[in-house]
Amino acid sequence: MHNFLVQVPPSIIDGITTGAIYALMALGYTLVYGVLRLINFAHSEVFMVGTFASLFTLHALGITKTPTGLAIVGVFLIITIAAMAGSSITAVLVERIAYRPLRKRNSSSLANLISAIGVSFFLQEVYALRYGRDLIPFPRILNKTVLFRIGEGEIRLDKVVVVVVALVMMFVLDRFVNGTRLGRGIRAVAQDSSTAVLMGVNIDRIVTLTFLLGGAMAGVAAMLYGMFYEVTQYNIGFVIGIKGFTAAVLGGIGNIRGALLGGFVLGLVETFGGAIFHAQWVDVVSFSVLVLVLLFRPTGILGESLQRAKA
Amino acid sequence: MFKGKSRKVALPSFIAVSGLIAAACGSSSSSTSSSGSATTAAPASLSIGFFGALTGPNAQLGINIDNGVKLAVSQYNQNAKVKVTLVNLDSQGDPAQAPQLAQKAISDKLVALVGPAFSGESLVADPILEQGQIVNVTPSATNPALATKGWKYWHRIVGNDNAQGPAAAQFIVKKLGSTKVAVIDDASAYGKGIADIVRSTLPTLSATVATSQSVDPTAPDYSSTVNAIMASGATSVFYGGYYDAAGRLLKQLRDAGFTGQFVSDDGSLDPKLISTAGTAAVSNTYATCACGDVSTTAPGQAFTSAYQTMFSTAPGTYSAEGYDAANVILTAIKAGNTTSTAINSYLGSHSFNGITKTIKFSSNGDIQGGGIYVYQAQASSSTFSSLGLVSSLVG
Repeated sequence: MHNFLVQVPPSIIDGITTGAIYALMALGYTLVYGVLRLINFAHSEVFMVGTFASLFTLHALGITKTPTGLAIVGVFLIITIAAMAGSSITAVLVERIAYRPLRKRNSSSLANLISAIGVSFFLQEVYALRYGRDLIPFPRILNKTVLFRIGEGEIRLDKVVVVVVALVMMFVLDRFVNGTRLGRGIRAVAQDSSTAVLMGVNIDRIVTLTFLLGGAMAGVAAMLYGMFYEVTQYNIGFVIGIKGFTAAVLGGIGNIRGALLGGFVLGLVETFGGAIFHAQWVDVVSFSVLVLVLLFRPTGILGESLQRAKA
Repeated sequence: MFKGKSRKVALPSFIAVSGLIAAACGSSSSSTSSSGSATTAAPASLSIGFFGALTGPNAQLGINIDNGVKLAVSQYNQNAKVKVTLVNLDSQGDPAQAPQLAQKAISDKLVALVGPAFSGESLVADPILEQGQIVNVTPSATNPALATKGWKYWHRIVGNDNAQGPAAAQFIVKKLGSTKVAVIDDASAYGKGIADIVRSTLPTLSATVATSQSVDPTAPDYSSTVNAIMASGATSVFYGGYYDAAGRLLKQLRDAGFTGQFVSDDGSLDPKLISTAGTAAVSNTYATCACGDVSTTAPGQAFTSAYQTMFSTAPGTYSAEGYDAANVILTAIKAGNTTSTAINSYLGSHSFNGITKTIKFSSNGDIQGGGIYVYQAQASSSTFSSLGLVSSLVG
């Protein structure tokens, strides 16, 4: 028990850090689901492409050891843009190639699902064949300096960056969807797509925009993941994709603020599950929590729909 | 003992049966089979297989072994009456893939296999290979339970975890001087098997298991495990598993400020552990292995240079064992044994001069003897270098 108390502060810190990455992933699932009622299973590969995009940018910049001073900020901006671009372009292409033709033919949601899984395998294998199946290390771009301590918990620079960047991106996305003209388009399509079309909303543009936004969030998550864990692999998106999807369902799929909440709750449940029980029980604990939440709130913690997203 | 006896008694009937089969199959090509001896109508060529991960997250170990096997086969084929072709059965290290590959080995009529490489896939594949009567010689699956199943076609040419686990524990306590050890595993047949032996050995050396955890080797984040290790006050960590997860766990431990020793097993003995964890993280990092250091003997050096020429890279972990395992099979074939059963009885009754050690199989298929070595990660060269036998290090 004493051991557990010692682990409380670090567990909170780690839970929030991993939760921030889950939340960014959850946003991609939730946006697409809100607009198309489709689980985009290729989203994990959108994330994977983002990690590779930031890694290749680092290689192209010739960065092999930790940059210092202002260079850090520059490097960060460049790899963030690269990862966001890589992921968004992938997401939009996936929509164009794998979903839109099916949507135009009014095919069943099952066909969409299979198409999503197919794209997912396709991307994984292309990357595996091109770059091998081993873990590929990142150079260290940010020293893991300890800023200050709370008990045994270390507030580390890289963790602060992960959480702050994630929160800023989430805020920007929330403002975009809830406060701009284009965002209103997204909400309109989410609410009732056929009526939105009658009101003059270009549904194809809105769908593309949705995938673009989801991809951009996955790109930021990918950059943060690469910076934090410093590895990538052809199937790196698989586990993180499942966690992101779980977080989205937990918070209420189709609901942006629900995705944020779901991500942080899942992150904390995982680290505390590991601290109270043992590491081998982490998934048992987190999915038990998911089932319990869904038993009492079948639409997730904050409820389902995008247009009714109120905190 | 009884098992060995029954095997010897059964030997002539095996040969008689194999002679009949060979005669029946080879009737079109040659009919001059002298039945009753091992030199039956020799086919023009035979197929042996390599069973292990050639792709997937821990493929490097499989590739190391496969290269050793390839080298042995190509050297053998240079002047052989019965040519041998090598068939690769890529399991990706995944026990779920193993049954169909074992079936494939049977349907492809392979006479012998090097492998299965990992313990988890061995547990699934070996019963099928046993039924199909296919000789299999594993160079690397070190789970002790494999020797207890009563398999007659199974062989192993390295010491098992019953030797490696206690040796790792002794090295940690007596050589590194750590008495609070966090023991982590990846919940695989191999990783948990060896970690459990470390867990049970530590108290006998008056050391304690500070915390005991199983991690998911595919999970990206080990923060809760790292926190538990830090909170437990452990001065060293033993990890039972493979280099892929070991590297990430080690990196996250060091990032969290863990400065103690990190000791792992032969599954982690690969330069990829160092590239994954980063060179800054691998100080005080060790791996134990039943695999010997072949750089000191003349046949070992010849092997190393031939390997270097063929694959333009130095031999890796278990490359030499893969070479030895293949040569054990090839020696049997050279002696005129062209069926699986004949090879099997030859293996049981002869000893072989390998480059890693002298190989003599016990009646349960396990090797007799076989010491445990320890290797240290070197940040400067990004490789592991041998410190020698554990038994001589702990005195």
